[in-house]
Amino acid sequence: MSSLSIAVEDGLTITRRNLVKVKRVPELIVFATLSPIMFVLLFRYVFGSAIPIEGISYAEFLLPGIFAQTIVFGSTITGAGLAEDLQKGLIDRFRSLPMAPSAVLVGRTVADLALNALSIVVMGVTGLIVGWRIRSSFGEALAGLALLLLFAYAMSWLMATVGLLVRAPEVVQQASFIVIFPLTFIANTFVPTNNFPAVLKWIADWNPVSAVVQAARELFGNTAPILQTSDVWSLQHPVLYTLLWSAVLLAVFVPLSVRIYRRTASR
Amino acid sequence: MYATEKSGGELSGGGPSVRGMTDAIVVEGLVKRYGATTALDGVDLTVAEGSVLGLLGPNGAGKTTVVRTLTTLLAPDAGRAEVLGLDVVRDADRVRAVIGLTGQYAAVDEYLTGFENLEMVGRLYRLGKREARKRAGELLERFDLTDAANRPAKTYSGGMRRRLDIAASLINRPRVLFLDEPTTGLDPRSRLAMWEFIAELADGGTTILLTTQYLEEADRLADRMVVIDSGRVIARGTADELKAQVGGQRLEFTVTDAAVLPRMAVRLRPLGLDDPVVDEQARRLSLPVSGGAEVVAEALRLLDGDTSQIFDVGLRRPDLDDVFLALTGRVAETDTAASDATTVGSAR
Repeated sequence: MSSLSIAVEDGLTITRRNLVKVKRVPELIVFATLSPIMFVLLFRYVFGSAIPIEGISYAEFLLPGIFAQTIVFGSTITGAGLAEDLQKGLIDRFRSLPMAPSAVLVGRTVADLALNALSIVVMGVTGLIVGWRIRSSFGEALAGLALLLLFAYAMSWLMATVGLLVRAPEVVQQASFIVIFPLTFIANTFVPTNNFPAVLKWIADWNPVSAVVQAARELFGNTAPILQTSDVWSLQHPVLYTLLWSAVLLAVFVPLSVRIYRRTASR
Repeated sequence: MYATEKSGGELSGGGPSVRGMTDAIVVEGLVKRYGATTALDGVDLTVAEGSVLGLLGPNGAGKTTVVRTLTTLLAPDAGRAEVLGLDVVRDADRVRAVIGLTGQYAAVDEYLTGFENLEMVGRLYRLGKREARKRAGELLERFDLTDAANRPAKTYSGGMRRRLDIAASLINRPRVLFLDEPTTGLDPRSRLAMWEFIAELADGGTTILLTTQYLEEADRLADRMVVIDSGRVIARGTADELKAQVGGQRLEFTVTDAAVLPRMAVRLRPLGLDDPVVDEQARRLSLPVSGGAEVVAEALRLLDGDTSQIFDVGLRRPDLDDVFLALTGRVAETDTAASDATTVGSAR
């Protein structure tokens, strides 16, 4: 068997294993679905009642933002899951088997991708109920979904590296909170950035999360001509900028985390 | 046939100097450092094919580091290690295909059922779906887990998880098996059952390297032992050889009143190979002697009927705890520590 087909087969075996856990731990499904629903409703009605967006309803403005926020937070599951496997000695077991060295990481990130897709669908349905609309073609909407999932997948690999280095699931989750909260809030996620202080505006403009959100808004048709976007390159070409970020994240963190995995053992 | 190989193992295994075609594990000058700490400081050992080596040492001695190096999880900083003639660094993949590892913590996925755990490992050994399922069924049967086969491993007791873990390490019928503290944290009954499984595997011809803190365990299962401390080998040999290093047997008296001990010591002195040792606190007198039961009779004769204060008398052979104390200057883990370990294990 070629090493590629071995990697694919072993990766699928581990993916199945991780998905069984989702099936057996109902809390996971509840969190993956309930908290996004809660966020959609909270933001829609709390912020939505106070923040007027010119030319578009807040629900339409909000949904692409909350999609992006949720998938970025979702990536911590990857890191926490790997740290847990490491802590429980499972990585030792896997590393003592003649399996593909990428399989544990591929299996983890692919399973989390499935979880992210589920979250987006649940949020989307909730959004449709409270006033979100897709105003683009089916193909564009699909491209929007694919772009969100691609960025989520790339973030998963970044968090995989973090998980293997930090080794404690709770710490992974708490530490990444400190980074991910500002990352998803200093952006165009929930409010227009026009009135941000200059420094924050600059960060928001180049923040990849802003580009993901802007790209999703364009692909779902949730923009209005009157709604001004920053004229920086990143937000004028949000799809390209998101693709670039995803490619760079994957190019750096796939090989890096596989390398760390190959040398890692529980303590 | 295995019995022959085993007795051969007793002659050739353990030492670095005697090496033959039959050595399943060869370790030479193994060094592993973690920053400023030296975990292994030049470890040499061999394990004859089909034999069981007990790797003994206190916590932090380097036992697990040896196992992790041999199972390709860690790369050594110096020295080399071979398993069935395959270098653990250069031929890591081929080594992985012929070994089995049961680590210190039962490495089972607690959300998968027992069957699913074994099937997954079988698939990862690339047995194919049908063979992996067949093998999973066989091993569950063998380790008395058939009734629990379709329950998530989360619901298993500590002993069951350990059995499942060992079963997982046997999926590929490994010729060399590494067991890292296989009974730590198990209750006495599960430990006995585990010993029986390990003894069965050894009888079947599997080469086993077993680390343990329990000397009784090594005494019971291992053909030869290597004792390490602070990353160095400090002793090696069979249980009897190690015991001989510490010294011969002792005659021990326990009395009800410590006041009689000095008088007894004077009377018994001619019988001993050396001066009697009196421990007034423990109300005990201990005398190095040679000979069998007749020594006891002779001792009682020397005391000349002055025996009303004697509570207990007996010949005591050194056990591995004595060996350990003599070699490391530390008391080995006892069963009290074992029950502590159980508490810690279940709390985790």
